[in-house]
Amino acid sequence: MSRYYTEDHEWVEVDGDIGTVGISDYAQGQLGDIVFVETPDEGKEVAKGDEAAVVESVKAASDVYSPVSGTVIEGNPALADTPELVNEDAEGEGWFFKLTLSDTSELEGLMNESAYADFVSKL
Amino acid sequence: MSLDVQTDTDSEPEILTLPLDAWHRARGGRMVPFAGYEMPVQYEGIMAEHLWVRENAGLFDVSHMGQLTFSGEGLDAALEALMPVDMAAAKPGHPVYSLLLAENGGILDDLMLTRLESGDIYMVVNGACKWDDIGHFREHLADEITLNHMEEHALLALQGPKAVTALSRVIPGVEALVFMQGAAFAWEGHELWISRSGYTGEDGFEISVPAAGVEALADALTAQDEVKPIGLGARDSLRLEADLPLYGHDLDEETTPVSAALGFALKKRRREEGGFPGYDRIMAERENGPILKRVGLIVEGRQPVREGALVVDAEGSEVGKVTSGGFAPTVQKPIAMAYVPAASATPGSRITLTQRGKIHHAEVVPMPFVPHRYVRKGA
Repeated sequence: MSRYYTEDHEWVEVDGDIGTVGISDYAQGQLGDIVFVETPDEGKEVAKGDEAAVVESVKAASDVYSPVSGTVIEGNPALADTPELVNEDAEGEGWFFKLTLSDTSELEGLMNESAYADFVSKL
Repeated sequence: MSLDVQTDTDSEPEILTLPLDAWHRARGGRMVPFAGYEMPVQYEGIMAEHLWVRENAGLFDVSHMGQLTFSGEGLDAALEALMPVDMAAAKPGHPVYSLLLAENGGILDDLMLTRLESGDIYMVVNGACKWDDIGHFREHLADEITLNHMEEHALLALQGPKAVTALSRVIPGVEALVFMQGAAFAWEGHELWISRSGYTGEDGFEISVPAAGVEALADALTAQDEVKPIGLGARDSLRLEADLPLYGHDLDEETTPVSAALGFALKKRRREEGGFPGYDRIMAERENGPILKRVGLIVEGRQPVREGALVVDAEGSEVGKVTSGGFAPTVQKPIAMAYVPAASATPGSRITLTQRGKIHHAEVVPMPFVPHRYVRKGA
């Protein structure tokens, strides 16, 4: 399994052709207290860069873009009642959705963990 | 996702710093441009800061707000010509809420004014409006009246149920004040003006302090166990829960006092005698009811509706708008202030909203969302 990051602070963990998507720990820290997450429905087709989810903090709403193209398998049902999971464990239990990747070559344009850490350190 | 922070940057391109700038940064305050200044939006997090204020005491830096004094012959009449305040009833040391009105009755700003023992009037106006307000006063007040912009003064607000305990330890005597009463105090050689007032719905104080003394005073206050520094993010959620409208969001030049549900600012003598801007329109609205009225909403579900969401009718046509909205930390639900058609303004009315293509349902509820805890005379 490998984890990739976007410059927009999403991550995708890939296992075969299944990807799990969330926002980075850095992003949740910047957003502050998360009070609502809207995840995409099963079966939804998303292209790389599409708005796929919405995350709302006390202050503001932010769109979450899909890091890769594919078909959504499921949204994280736990976020409906406990959106604060994103604050507590953004890169684990606070994942947003899973999808079947339609083009694994898209991963080549994303950052790995150390490249992302380097990217964030310069923000 | 984009992490660009939405802020209320004004037309002034230059971002200025206030006396406590370094103090906030040293305490981890996240600084954002607001009303032309760099201001702390949060320290540890809006939710925690909000709840801290409801249970303890929070120190807010509101030095971006405009502090003005007025003096001169005919001052009372001159101010009455610009706002619906009853200056005869403005007793020394008792702050009064009023509205600066445009010729058409629209609201130019909401403000607090206090007659001082000297006879001068001390006024606190919104930071985002202060330059326009000063221009408006200079244009409309006679030459006999002197307007002084207290640019060398900072303004702190200490808010929360334990504010009185903490502040009276530092400045003995403040506990004798009641809600909407102020007095002069001295602290470490600095002259302070302190009033028991604020914008959170909690008991608390606003403290005008010379810029030279504000850092030491902020240190002395946050040295108290009850007090933490609180950012403007929590100030916004606190004031929303307390039914306190925010200028530039819930109030603007298009809004009248009646529509804004601020009829209490139209003082009885002034309603009878008239002589304030927009009088005819405002009294007609008072008589016949406004077209739109500001109400409080509790939104179903967990997703907040924000400023800019639309109120729609059964056909989906726009009939109103949300002017403030967010997740309310004390209520633990999404709440909002909105302008809705007068027929839908009574508590219990069901409201349909649209935001980013999605339908939301809400119910009109009595405000405030969280009961006020002001300390009144005789209480």
